[in-house]
Formats: sequence, structure tokens, C-alpha cells
Amino acid sequence: MLSSFQKIWLRHEILRRPDGQSLLFIDRHFLHEGSFNAFAQLAERGAAVAHPNRCTAVADHYAPTRATPPEPAIADMLDRLTQNTTRHAIPLAGWQHPDQGIVHVIGPERGLTLPGLTIVCGDSHTSTHGALGAIGFGIGASEVAHVLTTQTLWQKLPRLMRITVAGRLGPGITAKDLALCIIAQLGADGARGHALEYAGPAVRALSMEGRLTLSNLSIECGARCGLVAPDETTFAYLRGRPHAPPDFDRACADWATLPTDPGARFDREETIDAATIAPTITWGTSPEDALPITATIPDPEHIPNPARAAHTRDALAYMGLTPGQPLTSVRIDRVFIGSCTNSRIEDLRLAAAVLAGRTARVPGLVSPGSARVKQQAEQEGLARIFTDAGLAWGLPGCSMCVGMNGDQVAPGQRCASTTNRNFRGRQGPGARTHLMSPAMAAAAALTGHLTDVRPLLSGRA
Amino acid sequence: MEKFDRLTAIACPLPLEGIDTDQLAPARFLKRRRSEGYGPVLLHDLRATPGFPLTAPAYAGARILVARRNFGGGSSREAAVYALLDFGIRCVIAPSFGDIFASNAVGNGLLPAIATAPDVETLLAKLQSSPGELTIDLHACRIEAGPQTWPFTIDPVWREKLLQGFDDIDLTRSRQPEIDAFVRTYESRYPWA
Repeated sequence: MLSSFQKIWLRHEILRRPDGQSLLFIDRHFLHEGSFNAFAQLAERGAAVAHPNRCTAVADHYAPTRATPPEPAIADMLDRLTQNTTRHAIPLAGWQHPDQGIVHVIGPERGLTLPGLTIVCGDSHTSTHGALGAIGFGIGASEVAHVLTTQTLWQKLPRLMRITVAGRLGPGITAKDLALCIIAQLGADGARGHALEYAGPAVRALSMEGRLTLSNLSIECGARCGLVAPDETTFAYLRGRPHAPPDFDRACADWATLPTDPGARFDREETIDAATIAPTITWGTSPEDALPITATIPDPEHIPNPARAAHTRDALAYMGLTPGQPLTSVRIDRVFIGSCTNSRIEDLRLAAAVLAGRTARVPGLVSPGSARVKQQAEQEGLARIFTDAGLAWGLPGCSMCVGMNGDQVAPGQRCASTTNRNFRGRQGPGARTHLMSPAMAAAAALTGHLTDVRPLLSGRA
Repeated sequence: MEKFDRLTAIACPLPLEGIDTDQLAPARFLKRRRSEGYGPVLLHDLRATPGFPLTAPAYAGARILVARRNFGGGSSREAAVYALLDFGIRCVIAPSFGDIFASNAVGNGLLPAIATAPDVETLLAKLQSSPGELTIDLHACRIEAGPQTWPFTIDPVWREKLLQGFDDIDLTRSRQPEIDAFVRTYESRYPWA
């Protein structure tokens, strides 16, 4: 009686040492501009890449979202990736390549991410790939160098936690709201040392894209990976993708053996009732600082734990908020719709459903997750809805989620953002970030303040 | 990688929760090459806070940090570890660490020592009222200040790795025949993988 995670782990275990360390075989290794430190380590050792065909590189973190030539420092980052991947014969989708996009968007989109695989990348949101029933986790530069050199990693089997989401999500409530709710409940470090499995009817009912959002945010409650066991939704999503297995039915038959066995034991079990979840947003400087939109800003004077109270006080000072203030009264300066969390076609459709025929009161940027998503959104008329509403329509990349490409929120400005981290300065020095779903970001764009999207969606989605 | 067994050094208190990787090494500095040094980057934006302890004269030369829960949560950027090391830090004491950060730390010879939240509060108060040295004994998993001691925990495999200064790539290469045999079987069984 094994969990899905254990089944996948065992098929990749080359050996296990007496001290419990397993040497795992890695199926897919995604690389981006930030991987230059690892390539430098390889150069220092004079080492070769063991399996270049198991690597895929893409420009995303520094990819400009405007089609003008990038400034020299950005161009240098794009060039380093080109040089390193060329030297080691690693396939690259560089800036403005038709397959380019955010690494965690293009992996599933191209069918590179498959059930039962081990997938790593020097990026913490590699947890995203767990949505297809894979073990995906983020690694640091030294581990990237280890995988490049050996196609393996030393790991200890993590503790396993199952999060069962009962019931159904209400209208206008998305995987993003569910994930923020889970993070608030567990804490930003609540799942550290664990691999998550998401289960239950509300998870099964999610589309593949909703699952990708949910798994993506696993790291924000401290779990390196978060898996959804593969099912018909997974198989239907993958069929016909460019890198889907040629003998698809044979692969499906294997993948059908991967779900968790009844009676499999987890180190920890958590349950959430989907019906209780409202549109959820963050107010502070950690993703765990999340509340339903109907709530008010917490008062540090009423928090008994002194460390917690101090965090809240600091967070409110940074965010420029007052205890007791209703969340819906918080005015915003701009919106950002994009990132590996919420830039897929369904995310854009949802935001467009809110914005169609309406005008935004604040400026904003919409950055699609990949060149393919961009093309599809343009064909479906979504891009036009965004620009008609007054928002900018950009090229794909990590963009304003992390601000590396120059897309930043100005100091002191407040951004309604569909991204994954509201850390201090995440979107630029002094920037204030509120995390929310694409529907909620669209609603905030329309009203100029944090807003419950549900009335605005009425009759639309 | 530099070994770690016992360290006596000035310890700097950082009474903050959730010092994330974006604080440790802000994104705009990540274009730096490792050889350029990441020391000046460490907690770059928080340093501007009036009275921030890291740059206070009382803690000059600190090689140990003490912080509240969820230190190093967030991104996988190893630069967060480079910034600490290049600043001179070899050990961080906190009630919890981000998993990827802790793994990166150990891989670079930086000790993430987990102490209980009450012990961390005691250490923070002590270092704030009377700045001074702590001793970290990795063999005994013990923090010492004169006659006072506090335990800390770390995964036993990580402890061994820090004590020995293992290089993982060399270790793995010594298992190359087993890897090759595995790959042959694996690729025939799962040709799509």
C-alpha cells in the first residue's frame, strides 16, 4: 500500500544508503538564465553534461515583455544562457522563440512534464509539475550542477502529507483562493520537510490548469513538491501534446497504476472544506498573511504571540495599512496578471470575463505564460479585451512577479497581483504586493481597490 | 567544501520572522557572478532600517545569526547562501528553515541549526542585552555561552556532510556503474520517460 509519491520515488531509486539517502534518477531538468552559476561550476571542474537530451532550457526570468531590444545587462543574461546551452548541446527556447515561455508553463504545455517523472529545476516553483502526477521540486545551483553532471540527486524520502479538499469550490472561487487558504491554514513553513499530495473531490474537479496553480503554490507553505495523482483529466490534457509519448495508450496504462493505494499511510493528514472558501487575498509580506476579501486588516494588539505580533506590525508598516481597515477599502495603484502561478489560458479567460466591455481605473500589465498562450489569447480575442480595458499586453516571461527583467512596481506603489510571493521588495524595492486570483486582480483593476469579484462575474463565467 | 565542526564567534540577533531569500539576496543582484562576491548584497534592503543589528558596531565580525521562524523560505536561489557566506556567516540558528535554503546551505558548508522557538527567544534577548560570542559544537549539536548551553538539531546526514566536507559530485561518480545499470533497465521499461 503505497502513496503515489512513493511509487514514483521507488521507480527512480538507483540505490539507497544505510543512512537513508537515496540516489534518484532525474528524468527532466529544466534550465533558465539563473542557471549560469551551475554552468560555472561545471566549467571549473571541466565536467560534461551527462544527458543533454533530458535537459530543456528556456529564457524566462529576464525575458523582456516588450519587443524592443533589451538593455545590456539583461541581454547579457540571455546571452549567457545561449552560450552555456550551445556549449553543452542543450535544447533552448530563447527569447521570442515560438516555444518560449515560463519554464513551469511550457513544461506541461509541450508535454515534457508527464506523470510518473522526476523533474527538477533551479527554481522553487518546480512544484508546479506535480499537478500532472510527477515529483517536481526546486533545487539550488550546486544541485543543478550535480544533475547536469550525473542526471541524479541525493535525496531522503520526505515525510508525506495529504491535503484532502472536500466539497466543491463556489462560483468565482479558483485554485488560487484554495491554495492561499491552505497556506494561511498551514503557515508558510507548515509543510516543510513534507511532500504534499492534494486529494478529494474539489481537487479532482479542478481542471489541469487549476491543478497547476495549486501545485505551484506548494512551496509557499514550505513543501518542496505537491502532487495530484494522475487521472482522466491528466490524460486528456496530455494527449496530442508535442512531446506526449508516441505510444500514448501504453503510457496511460502505466500512469493509471500511479494513484495512491487505498490504505496508504501518510505522516500527516489535513482536511479543508471547499465550500467555506471565499475569494482570498494577502494583506502582509508573507503568503501566509492571507484572508477572505470580506475580512478586515488584523490588529497586532490582539495577537498574543509576541513574535507573531511583531511580524504583523512590521508587515502593516511596510504595506501602509491600518489595523481594522476593511480589505475592500484598500486602494491599489496597478495590477499584474501573469507568472508561473496564473498566466495560462484559463487564467486569462477568467480575467477577460471580468474585464470584457469594462474599463480599468488603474494601469496594469498582462503577461501570458508562453508564446503559445499569447497566440491563443490573441486568437480568442482576450488580448483585445485587455487592451480595450486599458491594460498593457506583453510578451511571455516571469516579468513583474520577480522584477528581474525591469518590469517593476515603483517604491511605495501597491499592486494587485496574480503572482506567488508578496515578500518585501519582491516586485521591486519598496513595492507592496497583494496576491490574488486573476478574477480578483481584474476586479481590482476595474474598481481601483481590493474588491470581491463575485458580483462582477455574475452572468459572465 | 569547507568543513564545519566547532565555531566560536560573535552572534548577531535578527528578531524577525520569515527572513526570506528575497531579503537575503534581492533579485536585482542575481546577475552577479560568484567570483564578484555576494557579501555586500546580504539583507541589502533591510540594512537601511534604522538600528538594524547586522551593521551595528556591537555585532561587527559576526559569523553566527540568530533569527525567528522560517528563515530562508522562498526561492531556490543559492545566492542567499553565497550572501551569508561571503559576509562571513557560517551558522544560522532559527526554529525553522526553508527546505531548499537549508539544502543549499549544507551543500556550501553553512550550518542551519534548528533550535526551539523559546530557546531562540532566550538567545535573541541575551544577544540584544549583552552582545557577545556563542560557540557552536556540531559534534554535540550544542550552542554554548559560558556555562549555559542549548541543544540544536540537524538532519544526521547533513551533520555528517558538514563534519566531513563531502563533495557530492565525487561521491556520486564513484557509483557510476550502478547508475549506468539503472539507466539501461529504466529506459527500456519506461521508453517515454
